[in-house]
Amino acid sequence: MKDYNLTHLRELESEAIYVLREVAAQFERPALLFSGGKDSIVLVHLSRKAFHPAAFPFPLLHIDTGHNFAEAITFRDDLVKKFNARLVVGSVQESIDTGRVIEEKGINASRNVLQTITLLDTIEKYKFDAAIGGGRRDEEKARAKERFFSHRDEFGQWDPKNQRPELWNIFNGKKRMGEHFRVFPISNWTEMDVWQYILQENIELPSLYFTHEREVFFRDGIYLAKAPFMAMKSTEKAEKLRVRCRTVGDVSCTGLVLSTADNLEDIIKEIAATRVTERGGRYDDKRSEAAMEDRKKEGYF
Amino acid sequence: MATKDIDFSSKGYLNMQLLRFTTAGSVDDGKSTLIGRLLYDSKSLFEDQLDAVKRASVQKGSEHLNLALFTDGLRAEREQGITIDVAYRYFATPNRKFIIADTPGHIQYTRNMVTGASTANAAIILIDARNGVIEQTYRHAYIAYLLGIPHIVVCINKMDLLDYSQEVFEKIKADFNAFVAKVLPGEDLRFIPISALKGDNVVKPSQKMEWYNNSTLLETLETIPIDQDHDMIHQRFPVQYVIRPESDKYHDYRGYAGRIAGGIFHPGDDVMVLPAGIKTKIRQIDTFNGPLDEAFPPMSVTLLLDDDIDISRGNMIAGAGDLPKAASEFDSMICWMNPKPMQFNGKYALKNNSRDVRCVIDKIDFVLNINTLEQIAGRTSLAMNEIGRIHLRTTKPLFFDPYTVNRQTGSIILIDEATNETVAAGMIL
Repeated sequence: MKDYNLTHLRELESEAIYVLREVAAQFERPALLFSGGKDSIVLVHLSRKAFHPAAFPFPLLHIDTGHNFAEAITFRDDLVKKFNARLVVGSVQESIDTGRVIEEKGINASRNVLQTITLLDTIEKYKFDAAIGGGRRDEEKARAKERFFSHRDEFGQWDPKNQRPELWNIFNGKKRMGEHFRVFPISNWTEMDVWQYILQENIELPSLYFTHEREVFFRDGIYLAKAPFMAMKSTEKAEKLRVRCRTVGDVSCTGLVLSTADNLEDIIKEIAATRVTERGGRYDDKRSEAAMEDRKKEGYF
Repeated sequence: MATKDIDFSSKGYLNMQLLRFTTAGSVDDGKSTLIGRLLYDSKSLFEDQLDAVKRASVQKGSEHLNLALFTDGLRAEREQGITIDVAYRYFATPNRKFIIADTPGHIQYTRNMVTGASTANAAIILIDARNGVIEQTYRHAYIAYLLGIPHIVVCINKMDLLDYSQEVFEKIKADFNAFVAKVLPGEDLRFIPISALKGDNVVKPSQKMEWYNNSTLLETLETIPIDQDHDMIHQRFPVQYVIRPESDKYHDYRGYAGRIAGGIFHPGDDVMVLPAGIKTKIRQIDTFNGPLDEAFPPMSVTLLLDDDIDISRGNMIAGAGDLPKAASEFDSMICWMNPKPMQFNGKYALKNNSRDVRCVIDKIDFVLNINTLEQIAGRTSLAMNEIGRIHLRTTKPLFFDPYTVNRQTGSIILIDEATNETVAAGMIL
């Protein structure tokens, strides 16, 4: 008898495509949050599939902290050109210059938290009513309770105790003026699923994900990249090592891992053997036990 | 990750299946411990997660690693020591990838159990061997049946506290069977004696219960056949989105995008478009990777048709000789999910597949006492977490199958038009 089972990657893909089409059908001005990281790159790939042969009906929205890896920005611009996409940029530097936010000072200064204000301001400015993100439930315990369609009030806030129940594949995107939704099409994917999918679909990634030589320094168990805007303690020394990114955020919060993996198969082997979670290398999550929960409530990605 | 036993680089991983299951249990049945045990023994936990739980166990004065802490989520829950919402967890073995919908078991959270159950292939029902079948067990079993979960695994937990007694196990099994035989027979039902705390029969076979010579919980989850969990007979394709590229190359392209909800579709199949009632043929099943010879649930595809028909979101493309019901009046089982009670004769927005209509609830047949399954007539409202049978009228007809035939086409949600909140989940009869 014929086997009518989808592989789990095909089923997850189909689910994500379904969600993306729901966004296009239920919202007037959606946007796809694009960071240059692998999850948002996978979202772009899924969006191309969902609306083929038409162009996907939403722009890419990048919240630019100004503290980027140059490779991520080059990759972003190439991708925009290649797929003829529209790009909208919200600038944290601009938020600082206009006094919307105040730059953090000191050794652990990061623009990661400031991004939330820039994101919400940009959503308001362009009247986006849905922001599609690459958040996954396996990343972090606060994200484990996130919906596919996650309602945000007019202040952009998330209320985990008052989420709409989400049943079957019926998504309720109804909202009032000024409110918006965050939508997470790859909610059910794990880090390994994302990598396997990238391999299966042969999706192009920024060179940051593969081994390269970089000046790094060691802090609290994580390697961070040396950069003009990264304050270092007098005890910290930069050294040249062969590293790669496991996730890509801005420079101040992206931990690098020692690695010689220069292809997808090797990266997957490395991840399979890894004993630390993906976000274990994220400096932004180390601030407190509930760091992610608190940021999410305020309107973080 | 523990993934040492899985060969991720081989084609094996690319051929894994996905099983979604839900867990139901009362507060002290050891549900969190069971999930922690599954993750721990299948080596799905990372070092930083383990370290965090080890630290917390010591802090709370636990004698051993407190497995329940792995599933602790939000700060509010850690403070109160309860689970307040559905949380999703993930793990994989060489055979399958699993999604756990972890739902709290206390009575005020029926709505969360219903939510978790709506997408599940399998349900794990936990029973504390010391207490046996209690009212809450009935509730959990009933919700699993009501939501049409195809496979049910009853785990009789804490066997270590009762000397791993076969007698206890058999008694609980008989009690449970007596209950379900009364309500809904013919389900795929399995019983496993376990100790989540000690690890017996969860991932590793128990040395203490040789009288049980059947699969462990994990083996069971790995082998439950799931290829028949979708309706593969009645062709159903709710139109989700119309694709019309604005480009010269695809000037005449008009594709109907959606996810197949039932049956197997082929190019050349005779279909009917509802509500227009027009017959046509499938010209092509299109995808980004090229056209397909056939498509089946739950694939997301784009259908091209032979004739130029006016079709939009909310329409249904169905097998021409095998149509769904089309009606603007029907009966439904319903679970109320909002603190604001149902308004009798109240109007609500209704979603079914990709179709949006409005409806009025014009009859409440009964409200169910979910612990005894007694039907209470004469009620004029449903409160949060209550389940009942109602009659609905809609502004436009819906195209559906009974929920017991097709969980996708037979399900509805109701939305309060003032607050936009999802207030109820319904299973069409």
